[in-house]
Amino acid sequence: MRRLILQGLTRKPLTEARPAADDPELLALSARLDAAAKKRLGRSLSIREVDAGSCNGCELEIHALQNAFYDLERFGLRFVASPRHADVLFVTGPVTKNMREALERTYTATPSPKWVVAVGDCALDGGMFAGSYAVVGGVSAVVPVDLHIKGCPPKPIALLKGLLALMENPIAK
Amino acid sequence: MNAFDTLLANGLAVAEHRPWPRAIVDEDAWRSATAALREGVLSLLGLWGEHDAVHMAVYDTQTRGAAVLTLPCPNGAFPSVALSHPPAIRLERTIADLFGFVPLDAPDSRPWLDHGRWDVRHPLGATSPETTHAPYAFLANEGEALHQIPVGPVHAGIIEPGHFRFTANGETVVRLEERLGYVHKGIEGLMCGADIARGAKLAGRTSGDSTVAYTIAFARAVEAATQSEAPARAHYLRALMAEIERLANHLGDVGAICNDASFAIMHAHCSVLRERVLRAADLCFGHRLMRDCVVPGGVTVDLDATGANALRELIKDVRHQFPQLVSLYDQTASLQDRTVTTGTLKPELARQFGAGGYVGRASGRDFDARRAFAYPPYDVLTFDVPVLQEGDVNARVWIRIREIEQSLSLIEQILATLPSGSTQTDIPLRAGEGVALVEAFRGDVLVWLRLDESGRIARCHLRDASWFQWPLLEGVIEGNIVADFPLCNKSFNCSYSGHDL
Repeated sequence: MRRLILQGLTRKPLTEARPAADDPELLALSARLDAAAKKRLGRSLSIREVDAGSCNGCELEIHALQNAFYDLERFGLRFVASPRHADVLFVTGPVTKNMREALERTYTATPSPKWVVAVGDCALDGGMFAGSYAVVGGVSAVVPVDLHIKGCPPKPIALLKGLLALMENPIAK
Repeated sequence: MNAFDTLLANGLAVAEHRPWPRAIVDEDAWRSATAALREGVLSLLGLWGEHDAVHMAVYDTQTRGAAVLTLPCPNGAFPSVALSHPPAIRLERTIADLFGFVPLDAPDSRPWLDHGRWDVRHPLGATSPETTHAPYAFLANEGEALHQIPVGPVHAGIIEPGHFRFTANGETVVRLEERLGYVHKGIEGLMCGADIARGAKLAGRTSGDSTVAYTIAFARAVEAATQSEAPARAHYLRALMAEIERLANHLGDVGAICNDASFAIMHAHCSVLRERVLRAADLCFGHRLMRDCVVPGGVTVDLDATGANALRELIKDVRHQFPQLVSLYDQTASLQDRTVTTGTLKPELARQFGAGGYVGRASGRDFDARRAFAYPPYDVLTFDVPVLQEGDVNARVWIRIREIEQSLSLIEQILATLPSGSTQTDIPLRAGEGVALVEAFRGDVLVWLRLDESGRIARCHLRDASWFQWPLLEGVIEGNIVADFPLCNKSFNCSYSGHDL
């Protein structure tokens, strides 16, 4: 263990630079959010992830946000264990009928002001699973959605840009 | 003539079913098969319904042969397999939910995937509108000082949804009962009538972490049904992607298991290695999880010199870093204290349930679909199948460690012997039935399908390894402390989506 810790001290960090301020994807995502929301959300966000029917692909990439390359917490962004501690719900998957109530209850348990980010292609409109007897549809069919990040699944860098877009004045930083 | 041959000889063989034989049998033969399962002569690979019949896939551990038995259900009922072979319980409850068939004398008649929220009953059989649904009855636990801890479906971490009902006596778990089905998307319903291209995409979205394995299994089943053969280069590229997928998942799991014992440094380092694997996959095949890269007939991607070099660099990197992490795991007594003798799965249970993957192999079940069915290119590649007897969390970690080493070697062999030529062949539009068993990182995935004359999917069944692992998790946690559940759960790492379909 000593060797690994020493290596960690002597080597350059793996963490990569934040996306450029003029990144078109970041600007596009940012433009979709109203200014008032960003002002209230401020610089630090607590995020609660809810899998409402995903294949688990999105979860894998959300997990990756926490590795040394993306290091989400340097931006003041962190995942929390309870919706009661959260500012933002990160919802993945087509919403299944069996998860509908759990998603509604998670949303209700999140204190206002709160924002919902729908993650992945299925979360937009049910994706490939739209039309199934067991699927309600996209996340917005159950709870109001503020931002959608597309991809199947979205790459961690796309997720990171989406989260930065939620924060106050992402361009100035 | 062994028991297996007798079963098939007494049935009516279905000619268009490949590559294993399928026979339409009567109730007597069905009961004999059930008895053979109970006695351990046969191992259950799958049990699923169709609009007019139930099918059972079985594996003969002695002869390494497999077959599908079909029992017509004109009266909407069939003799319960679960009555004498408990691993079939949830599969039968699912058949009852989706098709409305009654497993006669079944030990558990509660619904499983149907939570009473679909607006329709028996969605794949004779449908009827949803009527009032009785509240789900959890199993009773009686005794002084027992208390219950309900967990989920929304969990504290970034994981899939499911409900765990713990009954504990102080710190000690007396019983765990799982309730799953929350992410049931109706994949098998969506498969009905879909063309092969859409079917492949759906199969690749059954369980996100095993997208390569699922698409290979689906492709192999289609190729069997249509009597077509993917080009040699495609077989190698499929195996290459399957091993990259195994490598990424095992690296992630080893770190995550240690993290659940609050040993974060392993998690941090394993996550870095996992990220490097996914980046290499992205560079080689244009997608980090390699989704939609495998299709019936071959693969949609090819490997160029840049990609091959990136993989060689990756192997060098993992071979340099990973042994340091293994020795860290092996030499940290406080970590071993959490993993050794925790969550022990007895070999007898692993055998009875036909537990695949690291769950089975850590408990003495020497089975790997890559070896048992030797599908190409595994028939010519050299690899070991690690097996341990201890069956605890530690053993499941060590199986993964050994399999990471094997996957690195397999990737090297594939890069060294990758044949040239085309990567895809056309699939004829024709009727047929096909079945395939493919080794995903967590165990064997079964895909069975029937194509109609226009080449569309009439019925497709996908069975994740988790079906035979989830029930065992209930068994291994008994007598352990509540705080060790995350550790046990992560060491199993069962799929919710792959199970719920």
